[in-house]
Amino acid sequence: MLAMNFRGPYRIRADRNRPEPKIEHPYDAIVRVTRSLICGSDLHLYHGLVPDTRVGMTFGHEFTGIVEEVGSGVQNLKQGDHVLVPFNIACGTCPFCKQELYGNCHESNPEATAVGGFFGYAHIAGGYDGGQAEYVRVPYADVGPMVIPEGMDIEDAVMLTDVTPTGYQAAEMGGIRKGDTVVVFGAGPIGIMAARCCWLFGAGRVIIIDHLDYRLEFARNYAKCEAYNFKEMDDPVLFVKKATDWLGADVCIDAVGCDASGSKLQSITGKKLLMQAGSATALHWAINSVKKGGILSIVGVYGPPWNLVPVGSLMNKGITVRANQASVKRLLPKLIDHVMSGRLDPKGIISHRIPLEDIPDAYRMFSEKLDNIIKPLLIPPKAFAV
Amino acid sequence: MEQIINPELDRKIANEPKDIPGWGMDADPENDPTYPMKHWNGADYERIHYEKAPQQPEKIEVFHSIERPGITRVFGTSTPPTGLSGAMRRYAFKYSEATATHWMTLILADRVDVVQGLVDDLKHGNVPNLFEELGWRAEWQYNRKKFVQRLLVKGLTIWAIIALIKRKKK
Repeated sequence: MLAMNFRGPYRIRADRNRPEPKIEHPYDAIVRVTRSLICGSDLHLYHGLVPDTRVGMTFGHEFTGIVEEVGSGVQNLKQGDHVLVPFNIACGTCPFCKQELYGNCHESNPEATAVGGFFGYAHIAGGYDGGQAEYVRVPYADVGPMVIPEGMDIEDAVMLTDVTPTGYQAAEMGGIRKGDTVVVFGAGPIGIMAARCCWLFGAGRVIIIDHLDYRLEFARNYAKCEAYNFKEMDDPVLFVKKATDWLGADVCIDAVGCDASGSKLQSITGKKLLMQAGSATALHWAINSVKKGGILSIVGVYGPPWNLVPVGSLMNKGITVRANQASVKRLLPKLIDHVMSGRLDPKGIISHRIPLEDIPDAYRMFSEKLDNIIKPLLIPPKAFAV
Repeated sequence: MEQIINPELDRKIANEPKDIPGWGMDADPENDPTYPMKHWNGADYERIHYEKAPQQPEKIEVFHSIERPGITRVFGTSTPPTGLSGAMRRYAFKYSEATATHWMTLILADRVDVVQGLVDDLKHGNVPNLFEELGWRAEWQYNRKKFVQRLLVKGLTIWAIIALIKRKKK
């Protein structure tokens, strides 16, 4: 089958000779991928920032597909079902899953206890091949996958596997009260969606900060928020303080993670010398920009082992930090309602539709921000008709 | 949120703090900073006695964090460890997730794996198409000027280093 094949940092192959996945467990399903997306966090893998990213792996944790085969223990899915597959692989019965922390499952990732199992996210997340392929193995098929609701656009459905829930949860974790000022760091797909979702919680003012003008313009239109370029500021933290009566934002959201620009010290120590797990510039700014007693919501992805951030300010300012991988299954019913009623338009964030065969170009474009790219969608050759 | 606590399953709650005057009197299940991410229902107190899926057969070598007793009931089967990078990964998994040795060894193993991957490609008569794999077609299409500039700078730097080394040898 055709699938993405990682060959090393910045080098991937559209490989036509990958073996098709097989049922490995009674609760597995095999899904023929109809749409998949490249996530900003896939770029952390692409850039070689995530430990235990092995050569030969297939990435991709945002996909929809048609069920081709199910294991003997699968009861809720049948051949032919068109499903959206949350990026979390969750058993549904461990204490964390039972409490709806589906991103923190204890029975899907043997290789790390700090994170649950995810599709196509290196061995740090369980060593599963992902959905940037024609076929993919989906474990615990009765728990995560959901049949796409009738009438839902397939592009909205695939955006419900990660981007929309992660953006929504970023706002939700902010504990936003009516009238709050929220500052979102990062105008990538997650940041844009988070900014849009802040309004659903009653924010009074939403500010998004990034360094790419085309993304800020997009965010301004899509999320109806204020958008500012930190390259035009001497100091983004000072800018936020001035913009919030010198108190700081009620809520700050880090929607960037370990690939942040904006600080030479962070970039050199984090991305060039690997002395820390990538660059923590956005998190550093967020801690300093939030008010005393404010809330910091982190959905940006950071790898182990550590990052340079001002922990002292967290304590001295009495900041509440709330962070997690999105619990997609928990949020799906609410988000489906928002999408079907027109309150959210996830597919509006997709900017490029690219054949799976051209995946090296798609990664390069997304990594280098070419052609004003916001969110690339991949279409496998057999899925164009779907 | 209803509290469901099974004292038999939790050693601490069953035995230890009950004798402390006032134990638990200020506990407020609503005061949970993880809510609504976590719908607290007491399942934490099941500890490791929860319902588990059947075990996936271990047909390949699968590492597990030493912070857990064994492998999970389900795991990925992508890219089992091989060669020198595999040996390095095996060594890394002797250390916990809290150690730099674990993560730094894995990062180093990743770099060794790239060389192994290249050798493996060549062994199978597959010369990698770097222009395609590096996505340079997209750079050529959308970013031609900067792309050519970058290639020229890199090319000239390499040429200068080689020239310098040759001159020193003379």
